[in-house]
Amino acid sequence: MTTQTEVPQRRGTPQDSGSTPVISVRRLWKVFGPKADQVPGSEELCGLTRRELMDRTGCTAAVRDVNFDVSPGEVFVVMGLSGSGKSTLVRCLTRLIEPTAGEVVFEGQDIREADDKRLRDLRRRKFSMVFQHFGLLPHRRVVDNVAFGLEIRGMGRAERTRRAQEVVELVGLAGYENSYPDQLSGGMQQRVGLARALAGDPDVLFFDEPFSALDPLIRRDMQNEVIRLHHEVGKTMVFITHDLSEALKLGDRILIMRDGKMVQCGTGDELVGAPADDYVREFVKDVPRGDVLTLRWIMRAPEDGDELDGPELGPDVVVKEATRAVLAADKPVKVVENGKLLGIVGDEEILAVVAGQEGGA
Amino acid sequence: MTVAIEKPEKTEAAEPAAPAKGARKVSRPVMIGAIFVVWLVLFAVLRGKQTLSLAVADLTDLHRWINDFNDSIGANRNSNPLFLYFFNEIRLVIDNLVTFVQHLISQPSGSRPVPEIGWLGVVGLAGYVSWAAGNWRVALLAVAGFTFFGLQGLWQESMDTLALILCAVFVALLFAIPLGVWAGLSDRFNRIMTPFLDFMQTMPTFVYLAPLTLFFLIGGASATIATVIYAAPPTIRITAHAIRNVSKTTVEAADSLGATRRQSLLKVLLPMSKRTVVMGVNQTIMAALAMVTIAALINAPGLGVNVLQALQSLDVGTAFNAGLAIVVMAIVLDRVTTAASAREENARRSKNRFVKWRRPLLGLGAVVTVVLIYLSHTYLWAADFPGDGTVGSHIASATDTATNWAQDHLSGLTNAFRDAITNGLLNPFQTLLTDSPWWLVGAVLIALAVVLGGWKAGITAAVCVGLLVATGVWSDAMTTLASTIVATVLVMILGIVFGVWMGRSMMVDRMIRPTLDAAQVMPPFVYLVPFLALFGATRFTAIVAAIVYGAPVAMKIIADGIRAVPETTVEAATSAGCNTWQIITKVQLPMSRSALTLATNQGLIYVLSMVVVGGLVGAGALGYDVVAGFSQGELYGKGLAAGLAIVLLGVMFDRITQAAARRAGA
Repeated sequence: MTTQTEVPQRRGTPQDSGSTPVISVRRLWKVFGPKADQVPGSEELCGLTRRELMDRTGCTAAVRDVNFDVSPGEVFVVMGLSGSGKSTLVRCLTRLIEPTAGEVVFEGQDIREADDKRLRDLRRRKFSMVFQHFGLLPHRRVVDNVAFGLEIRGMGRAERTRRAQEVVELVGLAGYENSYPDQLSGGMQQRVGLARALAGDPDVLFFDEPFSALDPLIRRDMQNEVIRLHHEVGKTMVFITHDLSEALKLGDRILIMRDGKMVQCGTGDELVGAPADDYVREFVKDVPRGDVLTLRWIMRAPEDGDELDGPELGPDVVVKEATRAVLAADKPVKVVENGKLLGIVGDEEILAVVAGQEGGA
Repeated sequence: MTVAIEKPEKTEAAEPAAPAKGARKVSRPVMIGAIFVVWLVLFAVLRGKQTLSLAVADLTDLHRWINDFNDSIGANRNSNPLFLYFFNEIRLVIDNLVTFVQHLISQPSGSRPVPEIGWLGVVGLAGYVSWAAGNWRVALLAVAGFTFFGLQGLWQESMDTLALILCAVFVALLFAIPLGVWAGLSDRFNRIMTPFLDFMQTMPTFVYLAPLTLFFLIGGASATIATVIYAAPPTIRITAHAIRNVSKTTVEAADSLGATRRQSLLKVLLPMSKRTVVMGVNQTIMAALAMVTIAALINAPGLGVNVLQALQSLDVGTAFNAGLAIVVMAIVLDRVTTAASAREENARRSKNRFVKWRRPLLGLGAVVTVVLIYLSHTYLWAADFPGDGTVGSHIASATDTATNWAQDHLSGLTNAFRDAITNGLLNPFQTLLTDSPWWLVGAVLIALAVVLGGWKAGITAAVCVGLLVATGVWSDAMTTLASTIVATVLVMILGIVFGVWMGRSMMVDRMIRPTLDAAQVMPPFVYLVPFLALFGATRFTAIVAAIVYGAPVAMKIIADGIRAVPETTVEAATSAGCNTWQIITKVQLPMSRSALTLATNQGLIYVLSMVVVGGLVGAGALGYDVVAGFSQGELYGKGLAAGLAIVLLGVMFDRITQAAARRAGA
């Protein structure tokens, strides 16, 4: 239950800081196939659907004209079904897959311009990635797997082992340092993957569907683990998933992709409260709205006859949290931000959401 | 001699048109039947005409030209720059390596009457290395095996064989592992390498020897080079396969951490493929053993010489004794390398406290080994294997007794069996092949290739037939072809019977498979010995040996094919009321058709290599031509041409059956 209380608090961070983004992605394209580089430049080809493009040129556009910023300390989730280009997108950010066109600006510099050495340096010190299928080295013990990135940097054995040991403890694997990966369960293997990513103390962590291969209970544990780690180390995270509830649970902001294009980018309550199109609406249909929507989405303007001396709540309080307070009060609750009255929420509005009726917003 | 069948995916695109065609055309079996009928009719009319037969001592212009060529190479060996700076250099380096190892363990070194390291040192070293690389069980096996060589009175010969194997494997790995890594990393290089590897492995061991003697003379050096060529492909292939199969995510993870190409090769790709590569090394060692023994034909020292001489003088007891030594060496080498590939995995599983003792124990073992080596270097008793090999002579005389008994009491049975097959199957078929006009047989072969494998296979067959005629040993080639086909038919019958049995019953599989695995480890040479005892020096001996050599691989492939038939399909057939026979003939065999074709391919190649080796024990034909070419200068050219003919037969079989397999797979 710790997660819900954290939601509003985390949600505040990116907007408040208002600083320059860690990563800015501009007009990013990735096209696979012959003469792929001609596709993003051609207005005609850009307009085609994925299928038409395939028939016309034999090319597949995995990522099409994607733009977004990731703020410092934010958990930015990219969500989409399989084939939507999300895994390609995250690989383009560190050039594990070479983008076809566009910019990926990190620290004021376009990563696409970086030469091999600079790119390697970025990967060694600034970025790290957690993979769906772990990608551990079966011939190395857990601690050596965790220290692998440090070893690649050229750090000495004693130092890197000490650092790896710290991270192993951080992810809750103490006691398993000397095991081999195939002796661990899937969840624990992914903890090793997580530890390996954290060991280098990177600025940005990329997660490529890290928990999709795990069973549901373990997945929930690992999601809580990520939330805990995000609190403890406060890293910027870019998280890829196909699971909407995971996206809502972890993400400060969520980018929904379909066929390589961005469909909508916003906070969880924005997606649920104001879906950009039918695709997103269909997607968020089964989400328990009370868990996601905040009072801002359900409040109404005060009308004549409303009693305006009820208790006050902030606009970013989640409906579920506010339910008890609203129902307990015999007058409508005032939604107040910075001393300004935004609207009021009464029993009716709350019940409409909690009872699962459509059309809250 | 394993041949990788290319994946049958490509044909799929071309196939959709087939059903329509098939409806118009006559079915394949009918066409094959028609070809045979036409052949038989024409044979009856044209029998004995244009058969291109050539007497044993007769030569064609090509053969004489090769002889002259050989002579001119011999004359210019030390003046031609190509030889002076290339072939002779290679020969010199290899020769020095071989001589060095021989002086170390087998041959008298310098002024010493014994090698640098005597038997005690070698046995100790073998045990120590086996223990360090494998486990204590294989170490005991190695010690026992090596001691057994001494007891057999074959210490020096065994060490000569071992020395050649060590050199050949060392050189082979020196090239094979880097090439394998390269082929694993680069698709383009892999595409270039694959046909070469296929070709190198398709050829019977025998065939490598003749052309090499042309450039490297006879002796240990060319034996080593031939062995390198024959033994390197498995390691190249398996290394490439291992590198390719390293999990993509893991490589990507290393990339994402900023690993350089070198780092990801050294820290990820190589360690993760180590285990598989060691399995490749195992295959290379086994192939080297097979080749080194056969290299006795070109004067390579070692156990092969004993077997060869004994085979030629029909001394079954001696041949058996030496053959047994080869078998023991094969078992020791195979077990030790298999244990080595499994070691790390096992060590990881075992508890850590054991690992703590390993290092000091290894150190202690090293000290003991050094002491043993020192003793064997210094004292004669530890250098020269004591005793005079009485165990060996016991084995030989016991074998002779058994052979005599068998010949006295079983000859009725074995002779009847032999005569039945020879007169009932082999002779008529051989007559059909050798007495038909050459163009008729050629046309039949090409037609069959087209029907079975398509136009491409037909073209290959046409080229091969043309070249076969050009070699001048057409008639001998047809004799060999007859033996090969008869043996292959028998191999396939055995293969289907046992393969189906194994495929249907896990228990039978578990019982039979280890025997088959062991049988495949043996060098082909060794198979001849027991059958020589039973059937005497005839074509039939070679055929039976070939069947025993080729059947295991066919059985295994068919068993795997049968097992790969989906359980649900069998279940559906059972629920439809099929009895066992119907399930086998209507479901399991038709569904494993591509396995059957692959088994035929492998069976043919194995049988061919054995039938040729059978030239040593009276099988005659191409095998005899090759052997005679080694020993008699004036037949050198003919021997080389015969070797070429074997290659052509091999290529033709391989292409036709592979094309047929692709069709069956589609």
